[in-house]
Amino acid sequence: MSIRALIVDDSSVMRKIVERSLRQAGIDLTQVLEAGNGAEALGVLKDNSVDLILCDINMPVMDGLEFIKRLPGMANAKDVPVIMITTEGSESHVIQALSCGARGYIRKPFTPDQVREQVVPVLAGKP
Amino acid sequence: MKSATELPDAEKSHENWVPIMELAAREVFEMMLGCQLVAPEIAVDGTFDATSMVGLAGKLCGVLSFSCGGKSATLIASKMLGVEAAPGSREVLDALGEICNMVAGNFKNKIDGLGEGCVLSVPTVITGNNYSLHSLADSAALEVRLLFENMPIVISLRTHS
Repeated sequence: MSIRALIVDDSSVMRKIVERSLRQAGIDLTQVLEAGNGAEALGVLKDNSVDLILCDINMPVMDGLEFIKRLPGMANAKDVPVIMITTEGSESHVIQALSCGARGYIRKPFTPDQVREQVVPVLAGKP
Repeated sequence: MKSATELPDAEKSHENWVPIMELAAREVFEMMLGCQLVAPEIAVDGTFDATSMVGLAGKLCGVLSFSCGGKSATLIASKMLGVEAAPGSREVLDALGEICNMVAGNFKNKIDGLGEGCVLSVPTVITGNNYSLHSLADSAALEVRLLFENMPIVISLRTHS
């Protein structure tokens, strides 16, 4: 299965690492779109459809939690699974992210195996 | 009676945090750059003309910094990107900020009670070596010196009680 992914992180280096990790995890990427914060990501989603969103939490302008709260209001993105990738690894952050609609949670630093463990079940439609 | 936001007495000395800082740094370099940091056999020094810093606030207040030479900074960015980075480029600054951010986050997540109650600032990166850092932190800095590809790096934590 080949997918289109949107990677949202204020660090361009981290966006590249996430893309590389997805490829190393065996995820077949047709296209990778990037955004530097939640507001930019909403703009990208106005004109593009994606199959998966990987999103940082702490970002300027609009953080990751605010971004995923707004996704249900977007016709072409309301059902797109979101996986958070962040340095904030506490249990309360995980619970908060999942309650906002995230489907998975990856702590930085991470390995491609950890990315695979989170992404593959989500793409397969498993809870 | 201790408040819920107080750290245990044993952790207030913070000396026992040095190996945790080292482990946090080693994991970041191993997972994100695919390379091992090495403990120097003898004391090493060098020119550290690139420093990234992340502030900590909440149960632990202070600043965690990561310092290295310009050549190391470029190599770190190149390994993170998977392609050669240009010395002094925005990618190099971005990479240094992310390294410091991940080391700080990984460190605090390993300390009981800090994961929940300590937040990190956006990273700041300083280049050049003609500066003095004066922190308002009131305890001695904890420092870890390691070798990255045979070049010295320093991770430092200054805390405020």
